[in-house]
Amino acid sequence: MFRRTLSRLSWVDLFLRAFQLVAAVVIIIGLVNTFTTARYTSGQWATLVFSGLAQGSIYALIALGYTLVYGILLMINFAHGEVYMAGAFSTVFLAIHFARTGFLARSPLIAIVILILFSAAISTTIAVLLERIAYRPLRNAPRLIPLITAIGASFALQYTFRGLYGTQFRAYPDIAVLKGTWNILGFDVPLVQLVVFLAALGLMVVLYWYVERTRAGKAMRAVSEDKAVARLMGIDIDKVIVSTFALGGALAGAAGVFNGLYRPQGVFFLMGFFPGIKAFTAAVLGGIGNIPGAMMGGLLLGLIESLGPNSVLEGLGIPATNQLKDAIAFIMLVLILIFRPQGIFGERLAEKKA
Amino acid sequence: MSKRLLIPFSLLIIASMVLAACAGGATTLECTDAIGCVEVAPGEAIHLAYMLTVSGATATLGDDSVGAIRVALNDRPEVLGHSIELTGEDSGCSAEGGQTAGTKVAADTSVVAIVGTNCSGAAFAALPTISEAGMLMCSPSNTNPGLTDPEGGWLPGYYRTAHNDKFQGRIAAEFAYNELGARSAATIHDGSPYAQALQQVFADTFAELGGTITFQGAVNVGDTDMRGILTTVAADGPDILYFPIFEPEGNFIVAQAAEIAGMENTILMGADGLLADTFPENSGENVVGVYLSGPYVSGETYDAFLAKWAEVVGGVPPSGFHAFAYDCTNMILDAIESVAQQGSDGTLLIGRQALRDAMTATANFDGLTGLLTCNEYGDCATGEALAVFQITEAELGGGWPPAAIWTP
Amino acid sequence: MKTIQWRTTLRYGLLGGVAALYFSAIGMVELFAGRNLVGTTINMGHILLYGGVVAAGFLAARSEAHARLPQRLVIGLVAGLVAAVPTIALVLLDSVWDMEAIFVSMNNPLIRLLTLGRGLPGLGMFLAVCGALGLAGGGYNSMPGEHKAAGARALALVLIVAIFSDLVTQVMSNLFGRGSLSLFFAGKALKPAVAIVLFVLMGAVFYFRAVRKARTPLDPEKVKVDKRTRLQRQVVQFVVVGIILLVAPQVLGSFLSQVLFEVGRFVLLGLGLNIVVGYAGLLDLGYVAFFAVGAYTMGLLTTATGLNMGGGVMNFWLALPVAVLISVLFGILLGFPVLSLRGDYLAIVTLGFGEIVRILALSDWLKPIMGGAQGVLFIPTPHIFGVTFDTPQKMYYLVVLGALLAAFVSIRLRDSRLGRQWMAMREDEDVAEAMGINLVQTKLLAFAIGAGFSGLGGAIFAARLGNVFPHSFNLLISLNALSLIIVGGMGSIPGVIVGAVALVGLPELLREFQEYRLLIYGILLIVMMLNRPEGFLPAEVFKRELHAEEGELAGTGD
Repeated sequence: MFRRTLSRLSWVDLFLRAFQLVAAVVIIIGLVNTFTTARYTSGQWATLVFSGLAQGSIYALIALGYTLVYGILLMINFAHGEVYMAGAFSTVFLAIHFARTGFLARSPLIAIVILILFSAAISTTIAVLLERIAYRPLRNAPRLIPLITAIGASFALQYTFRGLYGTQFRAYPDIAVLKGTWNILGFDVPLVQLVVFLAALGLMVVLYWYVERTRAGKAMRAVSEDKAVARLMGIDIDKVIVSTFALGGALAGAAGVFNGLYRPQGVFFLMGFFPGIKAFTAAVLGGIGNIPGAMMGGLLLGLIESLGPNSVLEGLGIPATNQLKDAIAFIMLVLILIFRPQGIFGERLAEKKA
Repeated sequence: MSKRLLIPFSLLIIASMVLAACAGGATTLECTDAIGCVEVAPGEAIHLAYMLTVSGATATLGDDSVGAIRVALNDRPEVLGHSIELTGEDSGCSAEGGQTAGTKVAADTSVVAIVGTNCSGAAFAALPTISEAGMLMCSPSNTNPGLTDPEGGWLPGYYRTAHNDKFQGRIAAEFAYNELGARSAATIHDGSPYAQALQQVFADTFAELGGTITFQGAVNVGDTDMRGILTTVAADGPDILYFPIFEPEGNFIVAQAAEIAGMENTILMGADGLLADTFPENSGENVVGVYLSGPYVSGETYDAFLAKWAEVVGGVPPSGFHAFAYDCTNMILDAIESVAQQGSDGTLLIGRQALRDAMTATANFDGLTGLLTCNEYGDCATGEALAVFQITEAELGGGWPPAAIWTP
Repeated sequence: MKTIQWRTTLRYGLLGGVAALYFSAIGMVELFAGRNLVGTTINMGHILLYGGVVAAGFLAARSEAHARLPQRLVIGLVAGLVAAVPTIALVLLDSVWDMEAIFVSMNNPLIRLLTLGRGLPGLGMFLAVCGALGLAGGGYNSMPGEHKAAGARALALVLIVAIFSDLVTQVMSNLFGRGSLSLFFAGKALKPAVAIVLFVLMGAVFYFRAVRKARTPLDPEKVKVDKRTRLQRQVVQFVVVGIILLVAPQVLGSFLSQVLFEVGRFVLLGLGLNIVVGYAGLLDLGYVAFFAVGAYTMGLLTTATGLNMGGGVMNFWLALPVAVLISVLFGILLGFPVLSLRGDYLAIVTLGFGEIVRILALSDWLKPIMGGAQGVLFIPTPHIFGVTFDTPQKMYYLVVLGALLAAFVSIRLRDSRLGRQWMAMREDEDVAEAMGINLVQTKLLAFAIGAGFSGLGGAIFAARLGNVFPHSFNLLISLNALSLIIVGGMGSIPGVIVGAVALVGLPELLREFQEYRLLIYGILLIVMMLNRPEGFLPAEVFKRELHAEEGELAGTGD
């Protein structure tokens, strides 16, 4: 059967290989052109790399929510971007309040921790409610059905928060201690980017430890392997699923505050939609259902978005390259998935499930 | 509906027809207008409609305009003894939304005039239907040059108080070249027809004046990271960066420009899309010194308007086009007042062509956005009431609006 | 006698209260208080505010199966009083801490509304009203079955007529002139007398129908019909549907025809996507790409500003097949890279394709060809034999023709060899391949045919709109198309139509809700899926699957 598949697929394979080759050549030409013209200083490239990493770590935190839920329920929680928005949008008011009272300037660390906890609490509540109302009753339905309720929930949440907080854009206050730069390898890196990156990394490590080492984490993995067996082992499936949603929500809430520190502007009711889709892309890129995959996928996507337009496209002589940022991100996704249909870290097993 | 439901329903309807036929009274007024009239019976309201974007990411624009219309109607609750009824359609910021909203409004023959649309794309799609229905439409924020170009998309019945991009782009370029002494410029748009056209006019005028355009780039609505494009801009080190876009993308550009090496000496300049009270606070410290081109909204009357807004709508206007919407509404009400025939019993008869003619004849209307005089293709803003503003510490601290530092 | 479960009562009461709180806090109650439904006594704000309270009383009383009337009344009363608590707490909180700075909807008009215009003492009245309504809900629950059902239906009908009064008035004024309106409606509201007459009349009709139905059980002999009668019936149905389709735009007027046009456009999209997702089981989230390709092809071929295809501007009828053909080519082209992807990987990559097409159309890079942000303007309206398709009524016929063609092709394909291959692939790719099905060819054909329908829709859309902008081709179109085939019932052609009416037509008719339209859309999606996961009119195969022990949807299923 394998031989027959091979003979039948060969011309398609040939085509795809040729496609990859052409794409690779085009990318290399673009890169060579850009770097030979030396339009940008190494300092400017460093700026893009570090902002890409900071952005990527935020994507990664949201992507973990997708991946955790996917790992257990095999469903795309399309409304996860809204869970992130809920935390970020609600917390902006507390942050502004802290700034007004001077609390934020007096003890910034405590204030930021409170903001993160508050945001995580809001996002967790929303995520758990979502699971209870829109997903749990459909747990045994075909997989497209919860996808549709997720789309519905996404709209409902966006417009609920629009009704609550209005249409105005808000911004997180400036935090004095996070201003300034650190010198790393001779490059000036904004402190806030470093803090966000390291804090996000820290959270991911904690999550990894939680899932791999703790009892609750083991229960989670057991449910993701086989629900029926897990139930027989005395694991309360509902509880595990709720805690998965809560965990994903908490990470998304934290991501909301990190985003507010790193890039304070543009907090409004639709702020979760695109990051949600990007994070979903990152999760798939890394191999959906896989925790390190989501982290690496997020960071990679952040870097591609940040560096792609200026490095590859500009060398090709395309005008207004930054407009094509998302296009290049998705094209890279396609190229990578042609090589590895299960994502970078995805297991072969995932193919059967997916 | 089952058959059994149909019978009582049709009975009710037939009964109503009989009664309606008996009730028809004689009117003393006769419509002589070429494209028809709207009759407003005694005690009935004059029907105005709006077609604005009140959902989605551009909802601030629509909310801003709707609020201004409500303020205007609160000022003038009655015209010629008739109250005014305002109904609205969400046109979104898209062509298909504009078309559907336009069809809906046009189907209601009691509508006298429309305030809308916010986005030029919606206007292009809605206008054929609206114009055909004999209605009048006044836009507070369409700036696309094609809409008032008889060779382009213009159709009878279209008016706007918003500035044609041709005016604003030119004024911004002249200011940059002559006043600031900039000799090289870069532009950024956000893929909206408005921003794309405006930056093009700016770039053309700037080059015409003798300056160099180093880069014309674009971002997407929804982008949050502007460092890439700002790095591209910085590579050429232009004297000025013109980015006629909206919040929140404009906030990101202003805030992130501070981080990019090579942007230190580049002047930042936005346009009326960013002329909103939330812009300074939402952009952070780097906003101080940013220039904005936009309508020159005069001091005292505008303060009075803001006070009325706080009372009628609450808070402050969320975007920069409310003054235009306010002027649109008042111009429409003036036009109605001047052409409506009054019957002895209080019936109003408004000729649709006469209303359009009266609107076209509007001259030196003293509005919030300056003196407005309409031309035959519906451009009512003359471009004189434009100015350039600069954001200072005071605006960052919550003061609004900024002082105009230059008028052409 | 069993004791009353007060916890349940409390729970229902709180749920009703939270509903009232929710609609108040997001601003719906205040906004729709201005929209009268019946006279000036009942407005839409009342429904939103008190609907949950009545329901709480009703449901709490129902949960006590053995309670007697007085008990039910008490339960209803308690539930109603409890339901008032969250809102009262909110108002009290607002009186000490003005929330409007953050919660924009918590403004003075809302507080006035909730306190019935009497300041804080008004809260007592609010409590009393809620209690009374809960009591009424509980009491209503105690009525005999037929009365209860008939009353509820009649009430629902009156409310529907009042809520959709725009629709009703438009049809009435088309049929009988505007004069007929003032007899029934005061503004948009039903006149109270009319509402009462309608309620009583319809209540009676529903009641007697229910009674008669109960008295005459279905005769099994009657139900069984022979082949000939069935054929006759089908012919009659066919003719009736045909006539309705033919005269609909004349009766409905221009706006409702525009709505029908929109529905038709999504029926075309849905039928195409149904082949990809419903038949072949390939989850495509970027279906809008082909819609865009069709629309842009039409735009560029028929306008002077676009590509001049050698000898000048094409007309609509010539450009239409070209648009479809190019969409099909794109379907194959974009199908290639995703041949080896499955399930959710396929979903995200196709979503990416949809975005790539939109971004490229918008880009300054391709502006010289595609028009960039300024789009393609002045697409001529199609005309043939002296008829110009310049109104929604006329364009409606075009889209109906397109949809009929697509439905015909869909049905023929479903019953063909290819259709069975698709189904086999959907069930299990590996098994299908082992059975000798050429997966590459089968998948590409699904993508290509689906893309063709979408391109046809796009081309007609462009001609109706008169211009195309890149912003018209966003992800929401893909999501909407996917939602409608699933709400309608996967794999079923009538389902696509029902889905399009529900998810495209209904929101258009709910335009009055403005910024809350998408909220209602979202809530509707959830409610529909929770109540009918298989969709309204599911295909037989799926119905069976869903009711088999653990519903699985192979290909897209786990």
